[in-house]
Parts: sequence; C-alpha cells; structure tokens
Amino acid sequence: MTDAAMNSTSAAMGARTTSRRDFGLKKRHRAEALFRFYGVAAITIGLLFLVLLLGSIISKGYTAFVQTSITVPVEFTAAIIDKDNKRATDPKVLVSANYPVVARNAVAKALGVSPDDKAAMKDIAQFVSDGSRSILRQIVLADPSVVGTTRPVTLLAAADIDSANKGQIDLSVTEDKRKVSDLQVAWLNTLKSQGAISTPFNWGLLTFGASSRPETAGLGVALIGSLYMMAIVLFSALPIGVAASVYLEEFAKKNRFTDFIEVNINNLAAVPSIVFGLLGLAVFINFFGLPRSAPIVGGMVLALMTLPTIIIATRAALRSVPPSIRSAALGIGASKMQMVFDHVLPLATPGILTGTIIGLARALGETAPLLLIGMVAFVANTPNTPFDPATALPVQIYMWTNEAERAFVERTSGAIIVLLVFLALMNIIAIVLRRRFERRW
Amino acid sequence: MSGGWLVAIILGIGAVTYFFAAQRARAQADGVDRAKGVIPHSLPAYHGWLGFMFAVLPALLFLLVWSLVSGALLEARVHSEVSAHIADSASASLSVGMVHNVSDALVQLNLLAADKLPQTYADLKQSAGAAGIVIADSGEDYMVTLGAQVANDANTYRLIGQGLALLFALSGAAFAYSRIKLRLRARNQVERVVLWSLLGASSIAVLTTVGIIMSMLGETIHFFSDVNPINFFFGTVWDPRFAAAGSGGSEGQFGLIPLLAGTLYIALVSMLFAVPVGLMAAIYMGEYASRRVRSVVKPLLELLAGIPTIVYGIFAVVTLGPFFRDLSLALTGGSFAFIQAQSVFTAGIVMGVMLIPVVSSLSDDVITAVPRAMRDGSLALGSTRSETIRKVILPAALPGIVGALLLTASRAIGETMIVVLAAGVAARLTINPFEAMTTITVKIVNQLTGDLEFNSPQTLVAFALGLTLFVLTLGMNIYALYIVRKYREQYE
Repeated sequence: MTDAAMNSTSAAMGARTTSRRDFGLKKRHRAEALFRFYGVAAITIGLLFLVLLLGSIISKGYTAFVQTSITVPVEFTAAIIDKDNKRATDPKVLVSANYPVVARNAVAKALGVSPDDKAAMKDIAQFVSDGSRSILRQIVLADPSVVGTTRPVTLLAAADIDSANKGQIDLSVTEDKRKVSDLQVAWLNTLKSQGAISTPFNWGLLTFGASSRPETAGLGVALIGSLYMMAIVLFSALPIGVAASVYLEEFAKKNRFTDFIEVNINNLAAVPSIVFGLLGLAVFINFFGLPRSAPIVGGMVLALMTLPTIIIATRAALRSVPPSIRSAALGIGASKMQMVFDHVLPLATPGILTGTIIGLARALGETAPLLLIGMVAFVANTPNTPFDPATALPVQIYMWTNEAERAFVERTSGAIIVLLVFLALMNIIAIVLRRRFERRW
Repeated sequence: MSGGWLVAIILGIGAVTYFFAAQRARAQADGVDRAKGVIPHSLPAYHGWLGFMFAVLPALLFLLVWSLVSGALLEARVHSEVSAHIADSASASLSVGMVHNVSDALVQLNLLAADKLPQTYADLKQSAGAAGIVIADSGEDYMVTLGAQVANDANTYRLIGQGLALLFALSGAAFAYSRIKLRLRARNQVERVVLWSLLGASSIAVLTTVGIIMSMLGETIHFFSDVNPINFFFGTVWDPRFAAAGSGGSEGQFGLIPLLAGTLYIALVSMLFAVPVGLMAAIYMGEYASRRVRSVVKPLLELLAGIPTIVYGIFAVVTLGPFFRDLSLALTGGSFAFIQAQSVFTAGIVMGVMLIPVVSSLSDDVITAVPRAMRDGSLALGSTRSETIRKVILPAALPGIVGALLLTASRAIGETMIVVLAAGVAARLTINPFEAMTTITVKIVNQLTGDLEFNSPQTLVAFALGLTLFVLTLGMNIYALYIVRKYREQYE
C-alpha cells in the first residue's frame, strides 16, 4: 500500500466519520444546552419561591410594627371614674372604673362631637380601642391625684381605624360594605390635621398577651413561653446529647446494643414531629400528670425532638478531632476519660455549639407537637414559671391565622417576621461560631 | 420543706463533702515522702468528686424510690378504705379520686388540725368554695376524715423520707471522707460512675422510641376495643361524630382509607414538584455552577430549609391558594374556579417548595460520593457533561438517590402544619388534585385540639393514626438508610 493510497483512504474515512460526528455533535450539544437550562430553571424556581415567600410575608407584615395612636387631652372626670367619691377609703374603685367612657369623651371633645349624640358616640366607641382602658387605668393607679384634671394621653386607635390609616382599606367601596364609615374617615383626617394621629413603633406587638382585639393582641406570652422552652431544651438536650455522643463515639464497644442505639437515633431524627406531640400527651400529661399548655411539657417534647440533631452534630464534631490529639493525651499518661473531657471535648466545642444552635432554631419554629399538648390556649397573663399556661411563637402565629379580622392577617405576618428574625439571629450566631472557632486539621 | 429545697440541701452537702475530701486527700499527699516510693493514686479533685457522689447519689436514689413506694402505700390504703364503703369498683375508683381531691383541699385550706377539721363534706365544700378551690359537689362525710388521714399520712411519709434522705447524704459523706487513703483508686471509681451515666444518656434515645411505641400501642389497643380494626384499616368513610364530653359515645366511623389516600396524594404531588427541581438544582450546582455562583445560591436555597413549616402553611393560605383560585377563575373566563383555595395541588406545591433543599442536599451527598474516576473516564471518552451525568453518574448514584427520595417522601408524609393550613379538613376520596383532601396528620391535630373526653374513641383514634404514621415513616426510613448504607460501602 502506497502512502498516497493510505492517505486517500484515511482521508475518505476521516471525511465520512467527521461528517457523521458533526451531525451527532450538534444534537448532543443541543441536549447539553437544554440540560444546562433545566438546571438554571430549577434554581430559578427555587429562588423565585424564596423571594415570593419572604416578599409576601414582609409586604403584608411590616405595617404591623407601627400602630396608629391618638394623642388627645383626656379629662379624668371624677364623676365618671369615682362617682361616689370613695377613692380615699376604697382604692378598688379606681381599678374597676369606667375608663372607656373617659377615653371616648376625650376623643369626642377633640372632634367636637357632643357626648349626648348617641349615634356619633357609637362610632367613636369603634374608633378608639377598648385597650385604652388599661392605659388610663395605669395612669390613674400610678397617680390617683390625676382624677379631676386634664392631661394629654396617647390612646390606641381601633384595629379598623389603624388599617384605614395605613391605607389598607379600599375607600372606593360603598360605605356599608367596609368596616370604616365615611364619618370615621373624616374624623381620622380631622385628627390628622390637628396633629393628634401618630404611628409610633408597635411595642404592644412584642409585649401584649392574647386578646380578641387585634390592636391589643401581642406576642408577649408567646415570647416568654418560647424562651422557657428554649431554655429547657438547651439545659436538657445539650448535656444528654453530648454525653450520649461521647459514649457512642469514644467509649462504646462495637456490639449489638450500640448498633441498636445508633439505629434508634437515626430513626428518631426522621420521626415526624407530630409523633413527639402524641408521646408528650400520652406520657408527660396523661401518665405523669404534668399540666397541659405548660412550657415545661413543651420544652421536654422539643428536647426529645432536638436530641438526635444534637447527637448527630456532636458526633461529627468529635470525629473531626484528629486522632493525634487523643494519642498525645494518652501518651503523656492521661486516662481515657481525661483525654475525652480535657482534650477532645474542648476542641469539639465550636462544632457542638453550632449543631445545638441549629437544633434550637428548628425547635423554635416547631408547631405541630405543641398543638397536641394544649399550647393552643388563650393566655392573656404573663406566665411566671414554666408550669403556668403559655403559648409559643409559632403556635400564636397559627392561632392568629384562624382569626377572621383583617388586622390579624397583618399581625400574623408581623409575628412571622419576628420569628424569622429570631431564627436568622440564631443561624448567624451559628455561622459566626463556625467561622471564628472551627479548626481544620 | 419542699422537694426542691431538700435536693438543694443534698447538693450542698455534696459540695461541702467535695471540699473537705479534696482537702484531706491533698493533706495526705503533702505529708508523704515520695522518695520512699509511696505515691498518691489519684488527684485530690477525684477524691472530692468521689465524696460528692457518695453524698448525693444514694440520697437522691433513695428519694426517688421512697416517693414511688410511699405513693403506692397511700394509694393501697385509700383503696381498701373506700372499698369498705363502696362495693362497686367503677364508682370506687371515682371515690378514690375524690378522696385525693379532698385531702389536697384540706392541705390548701390549712384545716388539718383535729379541732379545725370540717365535720361534714358539705362544710368542707363551703369553705373550699369560699377560697376558690373546686371539689366535687356530692361527697360522703367519711371522705373528709379519710382525706385528712391521707394528708397526715402523706406528710408523715414525706418527713420520714426527707429525714432518711438527709441521713443517707450525711452518712455517705462521712463514709467517703473516712475512706480517703493515698492508694484509694478514686479516679477509677469516679470514671466508672461517669461512664455509666454516659451510657444512661445514650439509652435515652432508646427509651424515647420505647415510649413512643408503648404509649401509642397502649392507646391504640384501647381504641380497637371500641372500634373494629378492620373498620379502621379498610373503612372508606371518616365521620368520627364528635361526642360532647359526658354525653356518651355515639357511633362514629373511623375509616383510614380517605386519610391515607389524601396523605399519599399530597406527598406524590409534592414529590413530583420537588424531585426534578431539587435534583436538577443539585446537579447544576455540583457540575456546572462556578464557585462564585455556588457560594451565593447554595445558602439561599438552604434558607428554604430553615423556614418553619407554619410559615409555608400561611404562605399557602394567604398567597398561593387565593392566587391559584383566581388563576383558575381567569382561565375559565370568570365562570368557575376549578382550583379550590384549599386543595391537594396547593398543599403539594408548597410542600414541594419546602422539600427542594431536602432533595437537593441529600442528592448532592449521593452524587459527590460517586468516584471521580468514573466521571473522568466518561469525559475522557468524549461524552459531554450532560451525557456523563445522565449515563454514568446518575445510574451509579441511583440506589443512593432512591434512598434519598424515600427519606424525602417520609418527610412529606409526616409533615403537619402545611397540610393543616393548606389541604383542608374534608375527608373524602377524590382523584381531582384541585379539590381539598385531608391527611393523617391533619386529623391527629383535629382530634386532639379542643376539650374532649380523653377516653372516647374520638380522641383515641388519634393514637391509632399516629401509630400508623409512625410505622409508615419508620419503614421508609429504615429501608432508605439500609439502601444508602449499602450503596456507600460499594465505593469506599
């Protein structure tokens, strides 16, 4: 075979295969591009939903952080507060006095409405929140000499007026189909022009207890309940979880029983949270007779739920400590226990804490098990001990979603923002801990 | 003296013992002539801890046992006294409860002294009512005297128990103190106790599982004594007929099938949404995305996993549900909203969004576990990257991905808050994904929130549902872990 012949055959072959390959390549590159596009589309869908989720919550909820207030001169009329003039001998009359009337009269006076005009007074009653009662009562109880004098007081506007002031009520709808009358809108504008309307930061959202009126409903009880539960989770699940991990990672012999424990922990991590609620109900409440709705029970249920998370994180942290540390400690004569508690555990601490905080964050957002142990309760009073009835942050959010009033939708989203802020803070702390203290060997 | 104070005192005794024992050990060690070859075995702190343990542990253990034993003794006594008055066993147990209430009320009212003790039940009821303490309306007079005896006995038992516990603490402390010697192997003894407590801590996980199974099994058996298991597992009608407390149980129907169908249907819809999206996101992030893109996008997607499920539920109710309804209304020209605001579709999509990061992080683990050599080999043979992924990596990772999907599906089945808010409460069997269906978890929440008689089938059914859910998810998890583990061993 000559060179020329060989060249020509190889050229011919090359031409044939090249053309075939070219044909295939185009198609294959198209498939490649399509595949890539699917990937980008998947990520876009994920991010889109993230934006939608956070956007819808924040756009609905940020207004909950301000509350329309009315500052008017309030006349603490002795004839209304203390009809029979007994306050010197019986201070109790000041507790049960008819403060809403005082508030209504004050607003009526600022608006130039006569207190005898029954129809207008009815509208005024819906204009000022009934929560003004406690504001005025506090002022009078703190300083009984205020009775009979006049002083400016900041009162809460009713929820519908608050919504109207925030522009959430469509005023183009006919009057009988919306919750705010034209007269009330006119009053609102009058008061605005007088400079009596203000929208300060809504501290009540963070401090009030449960209430059927949106403007006086707050997360106070829920925050305290959640705080108790987080403390219980931290102080029970962390020590037990660390002890269990140390045993499994450093001491346990490989045998059937240890295997059984490991399988158990892995499964507990995947058991639906609501099952832990059933456990809490059957064991802690029905068997041990602990009170319903109490943070102590909620805390223990959440602790059991968080335990596998903490154990898994702690074991990973212990594993990442290099064996040379262990050998060195044993080599200079430390006992195994001393090696673990004096050397390995301190080095694993950042990892353990990171895992614990992430576990706590999950426990903070958990709702389902708490519903079953009766945390869905209307609790208006601040709980003093973990044995008192309380609610939790996510449960309070759930309860507010069942309220029909427009203003509760705003509060629900506002409460979610509060919850998300707490979760974000915890996660940031976890990330900072990891960045600052984690060592790579 | 209340229990809390007693425990505090015992712990205080322990702390003092620690201090003195450590000091004694230190003094002994200082006085020794090391040149003669006698060296102390343990550091002083270990002697201290040993003292602490001797002082505290037996005393606390004794308190625990004592409180159980004395409670049982009291209970037996009340039972025998009450059954002397009443023959009927059902009302006897009711009376036992009343006696306990009477005795609590007497303690709270401070009426235990012989001269202050009310003569009749009516007298007690009156003074209890005045103090705002609620006791049963109609009781017998013997209950007052018996209640007083019970309260007095309980007090006596408590005092004896507390005295003995203190005695245990002090004698334990003294014993530990007297034992301190140079060659006492204090460290080994302390370490043995610590080791046992570590073992105890790790068995809590087992105890939890046992607790879950026992509690649910017990209540479920109770439930099946009222309702035929066949009617539960194969019944197609769910109509529990809430009986108001005390009105006696009216027959309800507890068919699991509609709930199970709803659960699986919603899980299926969510998986159909989450699996392609999550898997493709993981593949893109692992194979295509640049380092910069990955470092931004990955944490953002993981944010989805950190958002509590209640937030997803509210998103479904407030935003997505109404949007789908309006969309369907617009598609039909405003005549008929074929997607209901609460529907399988809405719940499934929202749950799918929640599952995206779960799918993507699980499959990311699996994909990166495929050995580098297989990928490089495929690329070297001239295949494109997508071909490598589709024809080499995915088949190799398939068992692991199936395991990951099983784990994800078990999350979907056990999810509660999203479906409580977005799926609806109507238990029906339908094939239309745009209608509302309900799930096992929703019904567990429904049956157990609110004031209900605890022993009625209406509430007990929640435990049967819970056990079904537990068994279902446990089976899936065990199988998934088995697959994942088996698969991992292939390459390592």
